[in-house]
Amino acid sequence: MELAAGYALRKPSVVIQPRKGLFQLDLRSVWQYRELLYFLVWRDVIVRYKQTAIGAAWAILQPLITMLIFTLIFGRLAKIPSDGIPYPVFAFAALLPWSYFAQALTRSSNSVVGSSNLVTKIYFPRLLIPLSASVAPVVDLFFSFLVLLGLMAWFKTSPTWGLLALPLFLGLAIMTALAVGLWSSALNVRYRDVGHIVPFLSQVWMYASPVAYPISMVPEKWRLLYSLNPMVGVIEGFRWALLGKEHPDFMAMAVSSAVVFVLLVGGIVYFKRMERTFADII
Amino acid sequence: MNDIAIRVEKLSKQYSIGTSKYRNDTLRDQLADGLKYLFRRNRQPRQCEESFWALKDVSFEIKQGEIVGIIGHNGAGKSTLLKILSRITEPTVGVGEIYGRVGSLLEVGTGFHPDLTGRENIYLNGAIIGMKKDEIRRCFDSIVAFAEIDKFVDMPVKRYSSGMYVRLGFSVAAHLEPEILLVDEVLSVGDAAFQKKCLGKIDDAAKGGRTVIFISHNMTAINSLCKRVIWVNSGEIVEDGPSTEIVTRYLAKSVKGMDLCEEVWDDVGGAPGNDMVRFHSVRVRRQDGRLSDPLTMQTPFQVEVECWNLVPGARLHITLHLYTTEGVIAFTTASLNGNHPMPAGLFRSVCSFPGDLLNSGPHRFVVLVVKDASSVIYSHESRVSFDILDVRERQGAYFGREPGVVQPVLKWTTEYLGEDQELKPLVRNVRQAF
Repeated sequence: MELAAGYALRKPSVVIQPRKGLFQLDLRSVWQYRELLYFLVWRDVIVRYKQTAIGAAWAILQPLITMLIFTLIFGRLAKIPSDGIPYPVFAFAALLPWSYFAQALTRSSNSVVGSSNLVTKIYFPRLLIPLSASVAPVVDLFFSFLVLLGLMAWFKTSPTWGLLALPLFLGLAIMTALAVGLWSSALNVRYRDVGHIVPFLSQVWMYASPVAYPISMVPEKWRLLYSLNPMVGVIEGFRWALLGKEHPDFMAMAVSSAVVFVLLVGGIVYFKRMERTFADII
Repeated sequence: MNDIAIRVEKLSKQYSIGTSKYRNDTLRDQLADGLKYLFRRNRQPRQCEESFWALKDVSFEIKQGEIVGIIGHNGAGKSTLLKILSRITEPTVGVGEIYGRVGSLLEVGTGFHPDLTGRENIYLNGAIIGMKKDEIRRCFDSIVAFAEIDKFVDMPVKRYSSGMYVRLGFSVAAHLEPEILLVDEVLSVGDAAFQKKCLGKIDDAAKGGRTVIFISHNMTAINSLCKRVIWVNSGEIVEDGPSTEIVTRYLAKSVKGMDLCEEVWDDVGGAPGNDMVRFHSVRVRRQDGRLSDPLTMQTPFQVEVECWNLVPGARLHITLHLYTTEGVIAFTTASLNGNHPMPAGLFRSVCSFPGDLLNSGPHRFVVLVVKDASSVIYSHESRVSFDILDVRERQGAYFGREPGVVQPVLKWTTEYLGEDQELKPLVRNVRQAF
């Protein structure tokens, strides 16, 4: 059969077929939809600050009040050591990443289920949903950071060169939030009680992390097990970068970061696998 | 244009209907179940979950620029097909190939957030359905104008009326310029003016050379916009071809065109009537012999009335009073036949209704037997009713039912009579017009 001149075999722009295999991650499409990611984050941030009069203040009030309570109970009453740094600053420096993480976790667990109207009617890479839920609270983190600077000035704690490493730990914090968020958002679609467990989990998790107390208080023999907590690396890192404490526990940070990495990759794989069924079971 | 826009081969989608006993909705139950399974003495295999095929072996090719309608009863799998083509859900088996940018209109106002203003929602919704930021910025004024919300664009959307909401949602979607447009019954939402706008836009898209796939239950719209129709039933393609024929066959199958085509009383004693006349039968039937096809506005048909005349020499005739949907009497018609006396016995009167006379909708009638062209001796409200369907091709963008008791097709002529000097100052400058 003679083909007309200029006839070219066109490649389809999209091929639709049942996805096989665990590792078809298709991360390039996430990049293609980056503008949508910007809009989703923008939406989450605006909606949060539009809703209440004290909306912006709440971002700062919550860690501030928690820090006051901790100072009273752990700092004064229980007299927990704080590595030579004034307790309020010590606690607040850890509450910074912790509040971010807790908020990101709560938001991402319900992110996919809460966007069911989008999931059932429109196509875009679903990874964008927990991703935007994890990125949006960074704005709150920024405001709290300003308060921390104020606190540090008040207690005359000077920042160190470690401050340059702060963006690195911020990145680690986002990765941690995303890693856990991917698992919880995907699991929540299938098993709706996950969304209910998360607030409780978050509470318990805080006490399992070195927020109110320094990691030096954890006995050596339990240190390794303790470091499996992905937030350990983030909190230690933030404390070190912001307050420059001596002898930070690099071992704990390394173990913790490795756990974050594993959780992140596993989370992406699991999410991508469950993504196929979201529209059907949501 | 011979290029293909969409090719689909053996596309199938299976859903499992889990029996509630083994379906675990909570993590707690799933874990407990898993543990129980581990510890069970006899490891019986789990009961298979029931499943059903929402789509089975669907294959077709759609060329660029074609406008295809998809029809079928509710639950046939039409929306599932569109969801698969929009990549919202994955097929279980089969392959689909898409050549070009796809825009899906499965719902109007997807992603609108009630607390954000109209302006903010336009950007958000535009981004969600796939428009780039500069595209949205470029079309912003046009979007606001099309939705007619100029004054309210900076108000939170939760304050909008439902009409404004739907207009805005559709307006944003209408400015998406995909090469392939998938539309799913969005038109069932909103008032007549809105539906008219929607269909107009779809018409524009089609004329602009875009490929359109359109699911609807509005057969008039389907007939007018789509040259080709795919009829889906229970997940499978029943027919795929020219729209007019398939639509008529589809309506014949699903809409009971003739609710009750005839009434027959074999027993004279029990038949309606009195001592002067007794009914034998009342029938409505098509004139072309295709008895089971439904009646359309263009179909000629006839009403046959058979009566026993019990009084020899009586001068009788039959009158029909035709009633429309609204219970309004359309007209009356009588079988005046010169008023001859008739012998006793069975006689039949047939009234022929031409096509292009009646309006669409259900009709019923009352049969009257009249003596001496003056007095009604018996009146029978027939249980025979018939539905007249509207499948005409429309030239404008209006696809609803025309008002009116009848809808005759009359002849129109228009001619140009010339210009008038007095008219000159009133005539609009060509530059100003439109």
